[in-house]
Amino acid sequence: MTGESKEIELLTNDSGTLSMPYEWSIGKYGSLFFKYLREKRRFLGIRCPRCGKVMVPPRRICGPCFQDLGEKDIVELSDTGTIMAFSVVNYPFIDPATGLKRPIPYTYGYINIDGSDNIFSHVINGTDETKIKVGMKVRAVFREKMEGNIQDIKYFEIIR
Amino acid sequence: MARRVAIVGTGQTYHRSQRLDVNGRELISEAVIRCLEDCEVSIKDVDAIVIGNMDHFESINYVDAWSVEGSGGHMKPIMKVTTGGTTGTSVAIAAYYHVASGLFDRVLAIGWEKNSESDTSAAIITCSDPIWDRFSYAGAIPSLATEASAYMEQYGVTQEDAARVAVRERAHAGNNPYAHLRKPITIEDVMNSPMLAYPIKLLDVCPRTDGACAVVFAAEGVAEKIALTPAWIKSTSVRHSTTWFGDVDYNTGLVSLTRASKEAFEKTGIRESVEEIDVCELYLPYSYAGLKWIEAIGFCGPGEGPRFVSEGNTDMGGKLPVNPSGGVMSTNCIGATGLIRVAEAAIQIMGKAEKRQVPDVKTAFVTGFGGCWWSDAMVLGKKKPL
Repeated sequence: MTGESKEIELLTNDSGTLSMPYEWSIGKYGSLFFKYLREKRRFLGIRCPRCGKVMVPPRRICGPCFQDLGEKDIVELSDTGTIMAFSVVNYPFIDPATGLKRPIPYTYGYINIDGSDNIFSHVINGTDETKIKVGMKVRAVFREKMEGNIQDIKYFEIIR
Repeated sequence: MARRVAIVGTGQTYHRSQRLDVNGRELISEAVIRCLEDCEVSIKDVDAIVIGNMDHFESINYVDAWSVEGSGGHMKPIMKVTTGGTTGTSVAIAAYYHVASGLFDRVLAIGWEKNSESDTSAAIITCSDPIWDRFSYAGAIPSLATEASAYMEQYGVTQEDAARVAVRERAHAGNNPYAHLRKPITIEDVMNSPMLAYPIKLLDVCPRTDGACAVVFAAEGVAEKIALTPAWIKSTSVRHSTTWFGDVDYNTGLVSLTRASKEAFEKTGIRESVEEIDVCELYLPYSYAGLKWIEAIGFCGPGEGPRFVSEGNTDMGGKLPVNPSGGVMSTNCIGATGLIRVAEAAIQIMGKAEKRQVPDVKTAFVTGFGGCWWSDAMVLGKKKPL
């Protein structure tokens, strides 16, 4: 090749669309959460004996206290809560779990489950942002056949 | 006892939405070569390299090894650091630790990203917990939007208040030849731009950028021989929170930023931050952060962000100019974004910022933001620390 080439077509290579499946461990307390959801249709949380805060979902360690939490610390909560923050997702993007575009619009919400001190992230039904407000009460709606994953909760519906 | 450390040189690419003319390594080399030319340091004299970018954005593991021909790291000690949005500031702080430890005299910090190579939201979603958060999480924009929705409710802040921040960032970017988005915009433009995730519209949020940045950190005794005006690192602070999105308290503000800023100020004896800091390069990925997060730092009280900004305090020529570079909302090559904040602050101290120079900068303040609401802070100064 001689001299400086003036017009090169700039190429890219594409990775293909094959997915790479993973299998994630939920852990003991998380597994219990999904079992309880299936049987009782109620949320489980866990109370840290050091700071007294109830966190949902239940986990083995309170992060801020670095306190080991036991099965005896698990508490039953309801299926209702309050919207602490939300956003109506309106732009297209790929869902890394499926490799496909996630259906939009949908409403992403942070729910304070009654009796807990933190927030549960999930979906709120309804996408009219003028009809959703921080502070509204919501209730979880479950799917018929529970499979032991987060989608056992279909969405939270606004009750008032 | 930590050694005193200064920044002696910086280099950046001309940031663009897509650089098809270079691969990742070549992009990195552009910033490195510019940086080494800036401080007239030979790659032979670089003792170690710290490099970072976002996991999953380019789908390349072992970036430290993969990038060697672009970073100049052949047969040198290299460490990769990746912490999400804070990657760039983490890279800078890790390079500072290297030199401050006394083990290395000249360390090259590199941050880079080719955002154009993947779906940014999909890549970011992989940072969230796969069991609990990933199903509903939609990447950075809605998670910031939820924060904004709670902030608006709490203080009666409006979308127009936030738009004022976007207008400032873009006005400043016009002075920065390296910035990706440089066209001036108005509050009306922001309000009329498409709603991505309520209340965030297209012009309320950062772009996706291809770009790289490199910075040389040098030890006391070495730094003064390299640079006429070294930019001294006066303090650094890092605060990470837990990994659950649900553990963030949206009513108490960005606690990690409050704590990191407080520690960084205390270490250098800053009491009246607005009076004592001359310029800021803050990691503000969206417009509402330009209101809420300056409250978290303590520049004004809770809910006072809109007034502080609308009075012009943070504009060029104001009491405390924020982001003369145009900030993250004008350029966001994510792994480089935090390092660009550090580089731009150093440039201001060195007096090399040309059209975006704030006069007589003695103290500059930098923040990084990332992942699950965590924060980095850094104070730089013209005077060597005591």
